[in-house]
Amino acid sequence: MSTVSTAPQPVAPAPASPSKSARARRSRGIQVLRYGLLLFFLIIVMMPVYVLLVTSFKGPGDASPDRAWLPPTELHLDGWRTAWEQLSPALGRTFALVIPASLISACLGAMNGFVLSRWRFPGANLVFTLILFGMFIPYQAVMIPLIELMQDLGVQSGVPSLIVLHVVFGLPITTLIFRNYYAGVPQEMIEAARVDGAGMLRTFRSVVLPLSVPAFVVTLIWQFTSAWNDYLFALFFSNARNGPVTISLNFLASGQLQDYSASMAGALIASFPTLIVYIVLGRWFLGGLMAGSLKG
Amino acid sequence: MRRRLQNFGPPLLLIAPSVVLVGVFVYGLIAVNVNTSLTDRHSRAPADGYVGLDNYKALFSDEDFQHALGNLLMYTLAFLVGALFFGFLWAWLLERGARGEGIFRTIYLFPMAVSFIASGVVWRWLLNSAEGDRASGINRLLDSTGLGFLQNSWWSDENWGILALTLPAIWQLSGYVMALFLAGFRGVPEELREAARVDGVTEWQLYRHVIFPQLSPVALSAIIIVGHMSLKVFDLVMAIAGQTNYTTQVPATQMWIEFTRGDYALSAAIGTVLLLIVAVLIVPYLVYTYRQERNR
Amino acid sequence: MKIRGRTTRTRCIGAATVALVTAFGATACGSDGGSGTGEGEVEVFTWWAQGSEKEGLDALVGVFEEQHSDLKFVNGAVAGGAGSDAKNVLASRLQTNDPPGTFQAHAGAELTDYIEQGDIEPLTDAYSEEGWDQLFPESLLEQIEQEGEYYSVPSNIHRANVVWANPAALEEAGVDPNAEYADLDAWIADLERIEEAGITPLSIGMDWTQVHLLETVLLADLGTDGYNGLWDGTTDWAGAEVTEALEHYETLLGFTNSDRQSLDWPDATQQVIDGTAAFNVMGDWAEAAFASQDKAFGEDYTTFPVPGTDGVFDFLADSFTLPVGAPNPDASRAWLDTVASADGQQAFNAAKGSIPANLEADTSEFGEYQQTAIESFAQDPIVSSLAHGSAASVSWLTDITSSISQFGSGGDVASLQEDLASTAEGHLAD
Repeated sequence: MSTVSTAPQPVAPAPASPSKSARARRSRGIQVLRYGLLLFFLIIVMMPVYVLLVTSFKGPGDASPDRAWLPPTELHLDGWRTAWEQLSPALGRTFALVIPASLISACLGAMNGFVLSRWRFPGANLVFTLILFGMFIPYQAVMIPLIELMQDLGVQSGVPSLIVLHVVFGLPITTLIFRNYYAGVPQEMIEAARVDGAGMLRTFRSVVLPLSVPAFVVTLIWQFTSAWNDYLFALFFSNARNGPVTISLNFLASGQLQDYSASMAGALIASFPTLIVYIVLGRWFLGGLMAGSLKG
Repeated sequence: MRRRLQNFGPPLLLIAPSVVLVGVFVYGLIAVNVNTSLTDRHSRAPADGYVGLDNYKALFSDEDFQHALGNLLMYTLAFLVGALFFGFLWAWLLERGARGEGIFRTIYLFPMAVSFIASGVVWRWLLNSAEGDRASGINRLLDSTGLGFLQNSWWSDENWGILALTLPAIWQLSGYVMALFLAGFRGVPEELREAARVDGVTEWQLYRHVIFPQLSPVALSAIIIVGHMSLKVFDLVMAIAGQTNYTTQVPATQMWIEFTRGDYALSAAIGTVLLLIVAVLIVPYLVYTYRQERNR
Repeated sequence: MKIRGRTTRTRCIGAATVALVTAFGATACGSDGGSGTGEGEVEVFTWWAQGSEKEGLDALVGVFEEQHSDLKFVNGAVAGGAGSDAKNVLASRLQTNDPPGTFQAHAGAELTDYIEQGDIEPLTDAYSEEGWDQLFPESLLEQIEQEGEYYSVPSNIHRANVVWANPAALEEAGVDPNAEYADLDAWIADLERIEEAGITPLSIGMDWTQVHLLETVLLADLGTDGYNGLWDGTTDWAGAEVTEALEHYETLLGFTNSDRQSLDWPDATQQVIDGTAAFNVMGDWAEAAFASQDKAFGEDYTTFPVPGTDGVFDFLADSFTLPVGAPNPDASRAWLDTVASADGQQAFNAAKGSIPANLEADTSEFGEYQQTAIESFAQDPIVSSLAHGSAASVSWLTDITSSISQFGSGGDVASLQEDLASTAEGHLAD
């Protein structure tokens, strides 16, 4: 699993010989430039966050455009209140769909990943590649028949539909993450179990699964964020009354009267869960991103 | 025979559910969708018959669709160049370790955890097209910092409107590309650098001739990931410009419009066109990785 | 070996995962699954989510809860764009077999779409049982009838061809606030003067408000018969009269605010209320926006029919339907009862700024502007609104909106007309 090493590498200290002091000065200049750039980009990246926070606390008194970038004259919580009223039911539904969807697709992904990495059968690579293709397709290419298929299967609009869809279309990425993870499990361990006479299912259960927790965490985080942030499936398979928070947020934000403080508060509320997951479990999140790059 | 079954039975059993699901939901539905796109099903009622490629001919001779394809191409190019440039730059700045590296990394990467719908709320505000007295967002910032001449109508611009939408996209994905490149940089063996230093090359030569060439697989991954995301752009357009805005039409929004008016054949055709566009990017890559796997 | 270290770390992560999942699980409780509608509930799908429209809906809900205290109103409102966003969401819901308890539909061509697609149930029985056919004007009943069956219950009538003006802004620009304009050219002359004075002459919003402006311009230049002919094929979309109208439209659009694509109607109308813009062409739901900010008719704002359309009532009516497969048909019927009732219509229209469709509703308390509308509706010739789904089918309107959006981002009149003519040909042939 490629997680990024966090150990900072020390910069070589400049020796004090005269010919080298010019070089040291130059490298000092480079350092200043480097940190300057890093800080500059930091500010640029944080700019939308500043706008979100500042605007979400603004009241009607701050509506004039020339106060657009200034902090609120006084703190108003109306925006937050409106946003919470509109979004809180959807937040609950989003949790209710995202958690089972990530758990189920992670379990299926673990099974696939193990088989495809360790218990090769003829054509395993081809099957893997074919599954992987499902990760890249634009879902528009299956949407029309998908709607009819879901109706024929009798899956209810809203949470049930979206669980099914996130599980099915999450399979490629979860399979990929687990396959790459298991490729790193020492072959000897599995061989040892095999010599002990354990079948594949037992090897999987007693040797491989206990080792898989990091991969599970990566997969769950990945699936959690992508299902949480989904809008396309939600638009086709749910409505503001039974759908996830992206739907409710878009309705709140594209209202006729642009209530910017409520929409911005809403955007923050809708992003908190994924942001918290990302900040608390950021290292594994990164791991998931790496896996997404197809490189084991 | 029995032995073969014992060997290959259990793994097949484990992956059977996933293979069936992906087979039906991805490949089966793609087939049905292509089939629908060849019929005259311009309403919810079943089709009367096949019309060959008429729907595709109608699409490609429709100026609106050509416009949408042009937009998609411009968007993807600008998004790729932007995300790769900033991602690479940030990774390079952080590559040798920096004080507070964790903070920089976390902040550069956090937009990735937010949905396009949520970030769309704030970018809609930032990219407001009002200028002068009524300006808010970026135009106001430019105006008040003496850069007023840079004010523009952003996504409502008749020719380049779609490029304004690459700003939020680049903001969101550059951190991801940075993480990819950072892993690439750190994957370069230290011995290589040492060897080069012993040979007395300058720092720039070290990068130019030793390290950068090592990063090309990472760059390829980044292009694939960002490219396919970009070709599927939908949420961002819906959140910022809305579904009917002409300057930011892309095939995915047109597919949604055709679906809502009940033209199933035409929306299926748009979905298929999108799939083909993505396939041009993805299939060679999948074939390439498949070959590599097989040779391993 | 390495494996050991891994298992210990594994455990910590395992614990973290469990904690995470538990935390999420706790929050997940209390969410309802399914279609989102429970027993004894009626989900009412509208695009009345904010401002005066919401106030009107709230007033109607108040009457509903009085009349049917055993039922619960569930707000299924979707905001945005003269219902264009809402209509797309609704279309998607109907196509995925997830209909609300009742939904808002404009009487006329839009309703016809739903009837032809088999989305809504006929209400003829309810009409004869409740005597509703005696309540509504004949001209309106025609719009909700198809092959002898009634399909919806009208709630209100709006006028679309209204100009809203700010007298103070006009005076500041040196233009007579009481001027009467015989035609668009006379109006345009004044718009030029206002522009020179540095005030936005005409405020406008996103695509659908541009279609709204276009429809009034077409009506002004083609007259009642010519305008009606656009929808049945007797007026040539490629003709010289339409060219003239489109040129007027182009000129008018040149006087509007540049950020139009990012505004919906309330923000456009607000510019007239605030005096940053002189005029706004909007339906008379704008009345409520002025009233709710305590603006006095005749002093803080004035209205007149779009120049060239004086003496014509450009009409649209909202109505409510019974969808096929509605979760609780009885509850939906109860809602329709309230919509039809004189009490319901009075409360609703007083707040929304429209005129009641029910002729028995008491309008004596209605505002000054509304009285003029009631009078005009009773005596003037009536035409159907395009932007609001009365004149053309949803699909046709979608095409027109797309052409107008394209034109608004820098097109030319010739190709706009070509576009409009070819879509008209396509839709008239259907």
